[in-house]
Amino acid sequence: MTSIGTGYDLSTTTYSPDGRVFQIEYAQKAIENSGTAIGVSCKDGVVMAVEKVVVSKMLVPGTMRRAHLVDHHSGVVISGLISDGRQLATRARDECSSYKSVYDSPIPGHVLAERLANFAHVYTLYAYVRPFGCAALLGAHDDINGYQLYLVEPSGVSYRYFGAAVGKGKQAAKTALEKLDFKTLTCREAVKELAKIIVDVHDETKDKLYELEMCWVCEESKNKSQLVPQDLVDEARKAAEAAQDDDSDMDDDE
Amino acid sequence: MSGLRLTEGSRGLAASVAVEGAPLTRTQVPYVTGSSVLGMKCADGVVIACDTMASYGTLARFKSLSRMHQVSPNCILGVGGDYSDFQQLQTMVDAEMTAQYVANDGLTLSPKAIHSFLARHMYHRRCKVDPLWNTVIVAGFDKGEGVLSLVDLFGTAFSSDVLATGFGLHLGLPLLRNAHRPDITVAEAKGVLEDILKVLFYRDARTNDVVQLASVTAAGVEIGKMTKLKTEWGYKSFVEGARVGDDSSW
Repeated sequence: MTSIGTGYDLSTTTYSPDGRVFQIEYAQKAIENSGTAIGVSCKDGVVMAVEKVVVSKMLVPGTMRRAHLVDHHSGVVISGLISDGRQLATRARDECSSYKSVYDSPIPGHVLAERLANFAHVYTLYAYVRPFGCAALLGAHDDINGYQLYLVEPSGVSYRYFGAAVGKGKQAAKTALEKLDFKTLTCREAVKELAKIIVDVHDETKDKLYELEMCWVCEESKNKSQLVPQDLVDEARKAAEAAQDDDSDMDDDE
Repeated sequence: MSGLRLTEGSRGLAASVAVEGAPLTRTQVPYVTGSSVLGMKCADGVVIACDTMASYGTLARFKSLSRMHQVSPNCILGVGGDYSDFQQLQTMVDAEMTAQYVANDGLTLSPKAIHSFLARHMYHRRCKVDPLWNTVIVAGFDKGEGVLSLVDLFGTAFSSDVLATGFGLHLGLPLLRNAHRPDITVAEAKGVLEDILKVLFYRDARTNDVVQLASVTAAGVEIGKMTKLKTEWGYKSFVEGARVGDDSSW
């Protein structure tokens, strides 16, 4: 045992004396180092966006996606370790297809969220596995509950949200999300709002290059999960960046 | 009903029952069956047609079941043989298409690929001596051309300008061949197929007179409503018999 740590942080199978499981908290730290992901459930759909930090200029745009479709009516965006996130997305796909094969109907959002959370939770119970280093924002539509947004965390909890944010800029993003009126906001507007939030919370000094990935399930997409059309995303991002430049110009004047 | 049997055995032994000393057998007999499917490739697309009956042995058990399934925006299946195996095929193909959808890589399965996918699966099952008891006609339209292919319970797979399955293989195929021209249009072919369905209804006792026609063209898939054939039973040979005196009705 080295001098750091108290010996209670090496395994999820041991609580610390004050009742914490440090490995889960470290997993959450892994997410806090990652690009911000935000989602909103609004009037006519659910939209999610993620800031994907580009690790090299030589990467082909669109590679290593953080936004995944998991079924015709649901999609996830991932904040945290990309490869852990892919594992969650794959599991979500399996759950969707198994539900469909048993019940011959698409999996309801809350069932998928619960099953994903259960999956993540199992990785907090054994010494020989580590918890997921990612959180998944899950957007779904079903006929009973309509549009839904869930956040599945490495601890194995999932909550349903109107607006949720995870990753590096989550505090600032949450503050911005709280100002939105989810009852009247449309998905088209949400795309712009989310782009604006991502652009605002993006830390230019640390990560210069990033891609903006967006995924929605909405009336416009006929309740199908879709990556938001690239031209819409680009337009929203450009507008957000222009607005930000204006703001900083004004700041300079003052 | 497809009378093919790979082994002798009564129905009671058909489903996965291990008989002492005998090798394990699986479903070797279809139960609820659909009859013929017809298909014709045209200058501007493909047309397929079938009736809507599913028989339980010789009993006309279900009389308005669709035997067609849309797979993609440019591909449909028309299926004869065991109806539950057909449902299994639908589930499988749909799952595959969902996997394609979520991959979201801009790629889609062409009708040719769907035909190959089915052929691989049918052949795999036949090699396990546990076949899906169907004959499947794949109709599609891709790169400006019609696709018309077939795969059967043995995994036999091929393409042709005209295709027929079940009883249609005997009564429909010669008529299809006579009627086919490279420049035949979808609209014209629909008429031809409807006429052949009528012939099949007159002669095939596992057929009903409610039929469905579907086409795949550059405009996409169009699966028609179930419609009732106009039939005429007053023909002299039907009433009096073709060979009067020998007690035959034909």
